[in-house]
Amino acid sequence: MDYKLTFKDYSKALTKGTLLGLKCKTCGNITTPPKMTCQECGGTDLEVVEVKKKGKIVTFTNVSVAPEGRQNEVPYIIVLVRLDEGPWIMGNLIDIDPASANMDLIGRDVSVGFKIFPGDKFSPGDQARPVFSFS
Amino acid sequence: MRKVAIVGTGHTPFTFATEKTSIELFSEAAMDAINEAGLKSKDMQALYLGNCLGDFSEGQAMMQSYAANDIGAFHIPATRFEGACASSSLAVRDAFIWVASGFYDVVLVGGVERAASMGTSLATRTFAMFTDSHYEYPAGLTFPAMFAMLAHLYSHKYGVPLERLKEQMAQVSVQSHAYGMSNPKAQFHKEITKEDVLNGFMVTSPLQLLDCCPFSDGAAALVLVSEEKAKELTDKPVFITGIGQASSGRLSAQKDDLPRLRAREESAKQAYDLAGIKPSDVDLCELHDCFSIASLIAAESLGFFEFGKAGEAWEKGETKIGGKIPINVSGGLKAKGHPIGATGASQVSEIYHQLRGEAGERQVEGAKIGLTDTLGGDGVICTLIMEKGW
Repeated sequence: MDYKLTFKDYSKALTKGTLLGLKCKTCGNITTPPKMTCQECGGTDLEVVEVKKKGKIVTFTNVSVAPEGRQNEVPYIIVLVRLDEGPWIMGNLIDIDPASANMDLIGRDVSVGFKIFPGDKFSPGDQARPVFSFS
Repeated sequence: MRKVAIVGTGHTPFTFATEKTSIELFSEAAMDAINEAGLKSKDMQALYLGNCLGDFSEGQAMMQSYAANDIGAFHIPATRFEGACASSSLAVRDAFIWVASGFYDVVLVGGVERAASMGTSLATRTFAMFTDSHYEYPAGLTFPAMFAMLAHLYSHKYGVPLERLKEQMAQVSVQSHAYGMSNPKAQFHKEITKEDVLNGFMVTSPLQLLDCCPFSDGAAALVLVSEEKAKELTDKPVFITGIGQASSGRLSAQKDDLPRLRAREESAKQAYDLAGIKPSDVDLCELHDCFSIASLIAAESLGFFEFGKAGEAWEKGETKIGGKIPINVSGGLKAKGHPIGATGASQVSEIYHQLRGEAGERQVEGAKIGLTDTLGGDGVICTLIMEKGW
């Protein structure tokens, strides 16, 4: 069975400002980031759709200790965001001073953009990642 | 299905960076386990070895084969288990299944890691490989960052104000360090206070340095045998009576289940059902306290406390010896150390000695049933239940 929405295609679309997902024709739920099957029901009858780039912050952390090769990025904020259409995605929150991150972030409305992670010796080249800004 | 007994254990000290190789560490633990069982290396019919990062820590993959040869268990089938921090628990579970099935009578199982030897930067990078490399690592996700996000989510979801939760989390580390004092194999022999935790360096908010377990080097090994074989070797066998294992998708795919890890609940149910017991029957538990918040999350999903209430239990001393359910009296990952590939076998080793009444100052008197909980990455979970067999 062919993979309907690969990482490469998802990533490429994100760099053009489009967030793609998979709509399940069995249960109607949307899965993103993509998988072979629907995250909710395991269904395989999926259609690639554009997902609205709006959501709310569910949780966050301000990172001070980075992995090898990424020390120049700290401090940075990672957030999990619940998109308006249901799925959760992970990315970085930009546009605020990381030191000011606190519990008030939870529930804030954000919109989805992107940034490139250039990869390191363990990862195969450029990877687009979601970044979030306050709506 | 046959009954399966543990009849020998070996456990190196868990330490900061060591000069010993992984093979050397594992062989020391393995020979101790084999000797304690009253067996010889040539009696081992198979080796199941947990190891995650040998490839990165010393350029050594496939060490299971050399490890078997190193101890003189020539040409036996040797298999490596990689399940992040749960690697050797997965190895124990599979060893159990192979002995229970009747295929083998005697299996050597354990794990080894040299995480401390990698240094913080490379260790942080390689531990981050236990997250989704394409969809989540690009955001800079680290292992502590994952649990840091679960801590904030826990506070929000259960309505425990963050400052209050932080104090409860600090108490987890304080307790573990207190028990680590009486474990000669522990990496830390140092009591800490709540203030020490709350004044520590912020690693990734809200986790401070002493909310986090250390990077560690070390090995642990066990000999598992059939009930019949156990009768020849000991009059104090410890039986493995429950096993569970489950998996998960990437963190974001776990959605509304968080901060609970659904895989843990699936795995624990399998183990409780197989053993025919319930959480209140457990006399002591070694659970996966890679971070202070991880202890609260684990203890709740294992059925010991209500959701959102585990922190209060730690504060009231319900997790101490003499309390409702003694947890991590070995010092846990926090004080004993966490050489990831060895951790599961180390947890089982603690339960084994506790059930045999050999735990010294930290003995839980009269313990008959013990449980281990080991978490790998954001979703490989293994639960093992052991019972006193005499």
